[in-house]
Amino acid sequence: MTDTLTPVLTAQWDQPDAFTLAGYRRAGGYQGLPKALSMGPDAVIAAVKESGLRGRGGAGFPTGMKWSFIPQGDGKPHYLTVNADESEPGTCKDVPLMMANPHALIEGAIITSFAIRAGHAFIYVRGEVLHVIRRLQAAVAEAYEAGYLGTDILGSGYGLELVVHAGAGAYICGEETALLTSLEGYRGLPRNRPPFPAVEGLYASPTVINNTETIASVPSIIANGAQWFSGLGTEKSKGYGIFSLSGHVANPGQFEAPLGITLRELLDLAGGVRAGHRLKFWTPGGSSTPILTDAHLDVPLDFEGVAGARSMLGTRALQIFDETTCAVRAALRWTEFYQHESCGKCTPCREGTYWMVRVLERLEHGEGSEDDLEKLLDICDNIVGRAFCALGDGAAAPVQSTIQFFRDEFLQHQKEGGCPFDPAASTLWANGAR
Amino acid sequence: MPFSDEALARLEADAAEIIGRYPRPRSALLPLLHLVQAEEGFVSTDGIRFCAGRLGLTETEVTGVASFYTMYRRRPGGEYNVGVCTNTLCAVMGGDQLLAELSEYLGVEEEQTTEDGKITLEHVECNAACDYAPVVMVNWEFFDNMTPDSARRLADDLRAGNNVVPSRGPRRLCTFREASRILAGFPDGQAGDGPAAGEASLLGLRIAHERGWKAPEPPAEPVGSGQQDGAR
Ligand SMILES: Cc1cc2nc3c(=O)[nH]c(=O)nc-3n(C[C@H](O)[C@H](O)[C@H](O)COP(=O)(O)O)c2cc1C
Ligand code: SF4
Ligand code: FES
Repeated sequence: MTDTLTPVLTAQWDQPDAFTLAGYRRAGGYQGLPKALSMGPDAVIAAVKESGLRGRGGAGFPTGMKWSFIPQGDGKPHYLTVNADESEPGTCKDVPLMMANPHALIEGAIITSFAIRAGHAFIYVRGEVLHVIRRLQAAVAEAYEAGYLGTDILGSGYGLELVVHAGAGAYICGEETALLTSLEGYRGLPRNRPPFPAVEGLYASPTVINNTETIASVPSIIANGAQWFSGLGTEKSKGYGIFSLSGHVANPGQFEAPLGITLRELLDLAGGVRAGHRLKFWTPGGSSTPILTDAHLDVPLDFEGVAGARSMLGTRALQIFDETTCAVRAALRWTEFYQHESCGKCTPCREGTYWMVRVLERLEHGEGSEDDLEKLLDICDNIVGRAFCALGDGAAAPVQSTIQFFRDEFLQHQKEGGCPFDPAASTLWANGAR
Repeated sequence: MPFSDEALARLEADAAEIIGRYPRPRSALLPLLHLVQAEEGFVSTDGIRFCAGRLGLTETEVTGVASFYTMYRRRPGGEYNVGVCTNTLCAVMGGDQLLAELSEYLGVEEEQTTEDGKITLEHVECNAACDYAPVVMVNWEFFDNMTPDSARRLADDLRAGNNVVPSRGPRRLCTFREASRILAGFPDGQAGDGPAAGEASLLGLRIAHERGWKAPEPPAEPVGSGQQDGAR
């Protein structure tokens, strides 16, 4: 039987030099790369397909299949872009991964670039994480020095340039087409799909975009074999992933486990909901995934399981809120975020998020009415499926799901003429020392 | 104030290096904006003109890009950008109170700078550190699990010029301009400082060690690696 936790990417994080080339090599790092180079590009793609790896950035698209969409022999340059923009509220796995283990990402980027026959790769990292950027810069420099990057990598004849590119603050640049527009030096506006990036991506050339954790998982698949990876997880959600618990738990933190673990198991490891309180609601995969409640503690946290509970696995960003938290306040704050981050390109999202904030403010201040709930749901209907990119759908998720589970709480605000919750009771210092 | 000849020569050399990293020059625009921000502490019209000139763009084009991204300052600010996370999780865990108290303590509203030019206060969105909530970012370094008292002390130390050490970061906190230079792609040599990971990041690993949990051993002769077709 597989153990409850299966540290792979996190296995060396407690070593003080985990982020250096020496530390990574000591832990068996850079063993997948020579193997991949000897297998050849097509065999690498086949192995990743066979492993069942699905994207770790939220949508769960099969990674090997994405790579196989890159046209071959088209005479155009190919590119790899690693999505290290990690900005989905609640998501906090890629940042510690790059801080502690940047070489796993770099080795994965080299293997992936080799497989898709790219000569240039980029790590698009959000700008607001300075020390992570330092670690990436230093690790890339070490990899060049060691001959893992540059021309003729390990004598294979294959060459790759890898650039660390710091963003400048914009959640929308995590959306893959907006990321490409931004990397080309423009405002980060999403583009039409099709054409998909695999056909017309960066500079209108074939481009693979994958999440940081996705790419960092690749070396383990090549080094240990596709079946080693697919032996973990559930039928359609293979492998391991990092689960992030935050908020009202006794011990928040990161847990690397096979897909399919439940919140009940994770909460148990985290010491439960903070003492004297109980679970009220949680996000399974960031703020763009509909909230769930204590009725969903045993939902398997894999792509199918969470979809079956009418939410999404997303980025395994488990934000835990106890009964001291006002659900209306939470929905309002997330909606303010989406309004601020909406790029403004399409009307349903730009106008919809604006009006949802106005209505939610009214409700939170006890000045709303039951009609306002219908109005909100109506606005959501106008966004979902009509917005140009998935940010719009994400904006509707917290609003629809809070109304679904906490309709009475919205009405209670109206009855009491204000918010019935004491925000001080929710804070980290609620029971003592500030 | 236009750049001095000396500054211009330096900026031109740095800009050439940045542009050289990319297959197409325009991709260098974001790092170039970080570079001029490192020079002046904000993106001035001179900075815009410089970027436009290097890339053969109009100033309007560059301004359009700069205004899209929140990390570029449009006007001069403090030596330290103090950003309190008030996205939902941190807000609930106390971020809202931290921001309100700091604002009152420092006597500035959001996006204003203290009179001594030390601190620009603002709120930030989720900074990928929710397991350390509530979080304060100073010049994009992590200050984890902040409380009203520790936030106040942090502000005092920054204003007094005392060195403060981020929870997961370098031993010496960079100024806003120094931080911008790293973002432009010029490292400051402090990557080796600080822990590999903070305590919350290590929680699952520590439990796995205690209980003897591990990922399965790879098979002796890995299978399923597909057909070999030889290196290119
Ligand atoms: C608004 C928005 C923000 C996103 N932010 C991120 C992000 O920060 N990191 C990420 O990997 N994917 C993000 N995504 C998903 C990407 O568009 C894309 O699906 C992903 O990078 C693909 O990689 P994967 O297949 O390896 O998961 C975002 C999507 C949307 C709509
Ligand atoms: S859905 Fe929102 S973020 Fe996406 S393109 Fe439309 S306005 Fe921009
Ligand atoms: S909500 Fe503050 S770091 Fe995520």
